[in-house]
Amino acid sequence: MSAKEIKTRVPMRCQDAGTRIGNFEEVALGYSEEEARFEAGRCLQCKKPLCVAGCPVEVPIPEFIGAVASGDPEAAYRIIASTNSLPAICGRVCPQENQCEGRCILNAKKNPLAIGRLERYVADLFLARGGPGEKREPAPGAPAVACIGGGPASITAAGYLAARGAKVTVFEALHEMGGVLVYGIPEFRLPKRDVVQKELSALADLGVEFRLNWVAGKTVSLKSLFEQGYKAVFVGIGAGLPKFFGIPGENLIGVLSANEYLTRLNLGRAYDFPNHDTPVYQGRKVTVYGAGNVAMDAARCALRMGAQNVRIVYRRTRAEMPARAEELEHAVEEGVILEELAAPVSFAGNDQGCLVSVTLQEMELGEPDASGRRSPVPKAGSLRELKTDLAIVALGTEANRILLEETPEIKLNRRGYIEVDERYETSVPGVFAGGDIVTGAATVIMAMGAGRSAAKQIAENLGL
Amino acid sequence: MPTKIIRKEELIPGRTSLMLLDAPHVAAAARPGNFVMLRVDEKGERFPLTIADADPAAGAISIVFLVMGKSTDALNRLRAGDSIADVCGPLGRATHIEKTGTVICTGGGTGIAAMHHIAKGHHQAGNHVVAAIGARSENLLLFRRELESFCPEVLVSTDDGSAGRKGLVTELLKDRLSGDPSVREVVAVGPVPMMKAVVATVKPFKTPVTVSLNAMMVDGMGMCGACRVSLDGETRFTCVDGPEFDGNLVDFDELQQRLAAFKSQEKISHDLYREQCGCAV
Repeated sequence: MSAKEIKTRVPMRCQDAGTRIGNFEEVALGYSEEEARFEAGRCLQCKKPLCVAGCPVEVPIPEFIGAVASGDPEAAYRIIASTNSLPAICGRVCPQENQCEGRCILNAKKNPLAIGRLERYVADLFLARGGPGEKREPAPGAPAVACIGGGPASITAAGYLAARGAKVTVFEALHEMGGVLVYGIPEFRLPKRDVVQKELSALADLGVEFRLNWVAGKTVSLKSLFEQGYKAVFVGIGAGLPKFFGIPGENLIGVLSANEYLTRLNLGRAYDFPNHDTPVYQGRKVTVYGAGNVAMDAARCALRMGAQNVRIVYRRTRAEMPARAEELEHAVEEGVILEELAAPVSFAGNDQGCLVSVTLQEMELGEPDASGRRSPVPKAGSLRELKTDLAIVALGTEANRILLEETPEIKLNRRGYIEVDERYETSVPGVFAGGDIVTGAATVIMAMGAGRSAAKQIAENLGL
Repeated sequence: MPTKIIRKEELIPGRTSLMLLDAPHVAAAARPGNFVMLRVDEKGERFPLTIADADPAAGAISIVFLVMGKSTDALNRLRAGDSIADVCGPLGRATHIEKTGTVICTGGGTGIAAMHHIAKGHHQAGNHVVAAIGARSENLLLFRRELESFCPEVLVSTDDGSAGRKGLVTELLKDRLSGDPSVREVVAVGPVPMMKAVVATVKPFKTPVTVSLNAMMVDGMGMCGACRVSLDGETRFTCVDGPEFDGNLVDFDELQQRLAAFKSQEKISHDLYREQCGCAV
């Protein structure tokens, strides 16, 4: 039987659900060489590959898959790295079903090529072999570029510009590089030491300088960066300010944003308390509000932290949940309960100010709204109380105002995000922006796509 | 990027210390009212401390802290020449300072140090600054000399009468306000019950009162919302909307409860640390 006749894609081995809810280690275990070559053999090598058009950074997918199929993962890595500086991360966290794999011809039979898994395979192999192994320094007199924020948009821009000879400095506000890759996405989905830090150190090898604990707008102003000789600035500060419901009882102890919960666990390593100092709320009956990737991450963390039960409370139904398919499946496999068609009305606490329950309003789906999704409407007379001692609010985020308030000359749009032109330049000449601070909360790969496009413009401006 | 400790002074041995930190970028940008986030070592927890003073020329900031749990205990074991893993700032909105006339700056406990920077800002803006400070006894009074160096009036109270007037700082405040309708603003920094009492004391005089809140924080820059406070029913983030707010609007009881959220974990962490240091009680 030839590889092309194999009908179904090669599944990826995972820690089984019963085991993995007892640890924070990575759930998906990756392909072996045999599995990868088998899967790569299913690629039809389309002449006009739709997958590439579905990729925000336009990875030459058929080419790298071809290299995997012929047993040359190093060549495959070089092909991927020509447009994507963080493939081990993207292979794990991209919503492939809406991008490359969604466009794959084989998806017509619901059996797309596992492009993400193959990307991960290639990148992991490369990192395991020790990365690029050569260090580069920017040439004397190279133009200096400042990238604000240590997340996906900014580090992608940094990598692109450093590879073309710019002297790049990344300013990160927290004490670790990586942005959402470090504070947001949990270890079991994206290992920090073995994946994130390794891909970041590959960037450092390109000569990119990282400065931690630098808050743009506070520790340093954009204006002073130009005074210090930076020729261009890329702003990729993300959309970090968490939204709350604004309902009674939301400031009780035990009600918190998913950002707080995940930052304590991921950046603070609170799952390793008291070996690490940062504590986190321990919930027995946990409720998570929202149904995106962040909600799934929070719910799955709560299970691993020993919760008796964890419920995702969502106004619509499973079919409308915005999370990546694999995250939702993994969450359900692990025992997360989906509380569909329900919205919180208020939280109640005890006399110490600690959360004890939530009142939920039952919903039903009405007419489709502007986004085409059927909008939830409250069902009359259907309030019910649910016991919960930990409520994690994952409603999304909005623009963090620190830099924007200190830099009023940067024009914002009506939603409070930075306005850029088609060249990714803001209203301030020489200041470019991309990622969540331009689009509002999106995905890692969308931010990387924007970082790369903006970096192209910066490189062009600087004659690189 | 580690931050070096230039000088350390134990203001109250084993309890409260002052550290001068080599942080030129923070010092250059720091304004009264700002704070920094610190992490003592690689496994440490991030926590906020108000900047007690900043010297841009020397590239240094001062912090003053009370030993309360593991992080501050570990910090207090460091000496001049040692380094702190992370110092990030200056964060928070700066104190609103304009030339208005007489301003009373009141501080309690370690809050006196934080208040010092604000008082200095008001003094430099040309205001007549009255400092009103209180502590349990004379040896716990911080920054008295520093305040006396620029404040035309420094009012002192102690619980045991060992210095200044015997009683609470709110009594000093009430007397000072009673005799002088020209006071434009009262600023209070200290423990939550003290700030709550100051607000209640000032209320009948209708003088504006600003408080600097010490809410729990994780990132200190608006990302998490751990520092939520209720202001007249509206939620605000202490880190980016504050840390200073109109005292008349703050729900102090909620703030006090929220500060106790991790009491049991803090005890576990501190006990374990003392055990490992061989100084368990």
